[in-house]
Amino acid sequence: MMIEGARWRKWLWFYLPLGAFIVALLFPFYWMVVTTVRPDGELYRPWNHPLYSPFWTSHPTFEHVKELLLETLFNTWMLNTMFIALAATLISLACGVIAGYALARLTFRWAGLLGTAIFVTYLVPQTLLFIPLAEIIRDYRIGDTPWALILTYPTFLIPFCTWLMMGYFKTIPKELEECARIDGAARWQAMVYIIFPIAVPGILSAGIFAFTLSWNEFIYALVFLSSPEQKTVPVGVTSELIRGDVFFWGSLMAGALIGSIPVAIVYSFFVEHYVAGVTGSVKG
Amino acid sequence: MARVLLKDLNKKFDGTHAVKNVNLEIRDHEFVVLVGPSGCGKTTTLRMVAGLEDITSGEVSIDGKVVNNLAPMDRDIAMVFQNYALYPHMSVYDNMAFGLRMRKFDKPEIDRRVRHAADVLGIQPLLERRPRQLSGGQRQRVALGRAIVRNPRVFLFDEPLSNLDAALRVQMRVELKRLHDRLETTAIYVTHDQVEAMTLGDRVVVMKDGMVQQEGAPLELYQHPANRFVAGFIGSPAMNFIPVTITASGDALWAEAPGLRVRVPPQKTQALRRYSGQRAILGLRPETLRPASPDASGDYAFDATVEVVEPLGSEILLDTRVGESPVVARVDPGVRASPHERLRLAFEPERAHFFDAATEAAI
Repeated sequence: MMIEGARWRKWLWFYLPLGAFIVALLFPFYWMVVTTVRPDGELYRPWNHPLYSPFWTSHPTFEHVKELLLETLFNTWMLNTMFIALAATLISLACGVIAGYALARLTFRWAGLLGTAIFVTYLVPQTLLFIPLAEIIRDYRIGDTPWALILTYPTFLIPFCTWLMMGYFKTIPKELEECARIDGAARWQAMVYIIFPIAVPGILSAGIFAFTLSWNEFIYALVFLSSPEQKTVPVGVTSELIRGDVFFWGSLMAGALIGSIPVAIVYSFFVEHYVAGVTGSVKG
Repeated sequence: MARVLLKDLNKKFDGTHAVKNVNLEIRDHEFVVLVGPSGCGKTTTLRMVAGLEDITSGEVSIDGKVVNNLAPMDRDIAMVFQNYALYPHMSVYDNMAFGLRMRKFDKPEIDRRVRHAADVLGIQPLLERRPRQLSGGQRQRVALGRAIVRNPRVFLFDEPLSNLDAALRVQMRVELKRLHDRLETTAIYVTHDQVEAMTLGDRVVVMKDGMVQQEGAPLELYQHPANRFVAGFIGSPAMNFIPVTITASGDALWAEAPGLRVRVPPQKTQALRRYSGQRAILGLRPETLRPASPDASGDYAFDATVEVVEPLGSEILLDTRVGESPVVARVDPGVRASPHERLRLAFEPERAHFFDAATEAAI
């Protein structure tokens, strides 16, 4: 974007709003970092204390991180979350990609209606859905195991992936597939050799979204898991580091900070594909 | 060796009848062009031959074998699409090899065929590139290469040149023609451009509203159009149509319109006799008109008012008005004419056409 005119104009309309945006976005992370390294003595200092300095600490410490990693089950929670998020993402992607392809390409009678119906299921709030799901999980005796989440996350991830992939497949010219089929490929071969490789940006963005959604999911994890060694990061951190009305702010923030690292890594790795996937463009 | 036969072919999409009772025989080695305005059913017809579109009724057969229920991959055809449909994630080489790999050719044979096709089309230096790194003309060549490596029984072309700019289109047209002479494969070519149809086709099939209007050699369509639509569609600039009334005076018949009274040429007199006193349409091609001296015989000449002069260098197009009808004349570059000038135009009587006013069929 180009803004014409004097330099001050560019500062006023471009750099200033951009700076404000960056500050607003990054401030929570800054706050997490500062709180993590702040010693307890400073953390619980009242606001009217002469040395009160909420945005800075002069005695950084790693004591909270150490406490989090050594005295809680944080490592187990990380592994649990990783396993659950990956498994749920893989299941949802596999189903979503195939379903999205079918809805976008095969012209069967109820295709349009089915597409809308799948979208509607995505709109059902989790706060309603967890009650019947809890019953199902009890009946199948998978409560308090990772499978309780691996099998329930797809209830909202599959509609999401299907919808996203359907949109992406529709942007791929039909001729590519027709040409492949004339070239000698059966429908599934055209799908596997031609359409899926072209759809990689779409598949990656669906995967990133699904992974992030399952990584951050809270309510199902809170309801379906109970023993500390089964918990995921969001639930583990909040249930084990808030004891009664005591908040262990330093360790809580350390947990939030470390817990957000995998998602950040996943995003930064695929950011280019991700952008192409969301804006959806295939050039022949 | 392949002969394609379309028998009473019909296609209905919900509500619209896109292709109506098309009967067509494409002989071995023949280059047949389906031409018509958009929505005339030509592409649908081609897609039914390819197997990309279900056939509502009728039959498509290749070499005597009905292929209605055969998957596209089993018909042994190749198709070139308007947007080229190159696989964007594969190199040019892989694009061309894809069909052969799917058909389980062994590696040395694939390599030999791809390199040979690349040689024929002059794209050897591009084999490692991706489609997005190619220009429009190069992509077109790759699409052609992908079709010829398979050595199919029938080539199908769906408006392959319409995405190219004008100069490149002319060049590729010549190359296509040369390629077909060399490969001698049966080809069906769809286009909306009558120039492409005339220059490429051994035989041209003109379609409109899902129906075949006329089929024949290019010059036959030009010289003997079966109806007003074909007459207007083939030839550029298009034929002039003047609504006239046929009157008899003694032995001779005259075609009359406001500002125009010309004699019906003797060879048409017999056929037009029964139109005496009725309306008909006179068709005059722009290239059969030429300026005449003001006192020239009135039998095959009329006065026109020049409206626009379009000098094209090798010729001049005169947009004139005769009574209420616009008439375009294509004349020698030496002719001096200016807007609003009155000009006498003579036509070649043996190249005048007459059409029934109601059915629009040629008389």
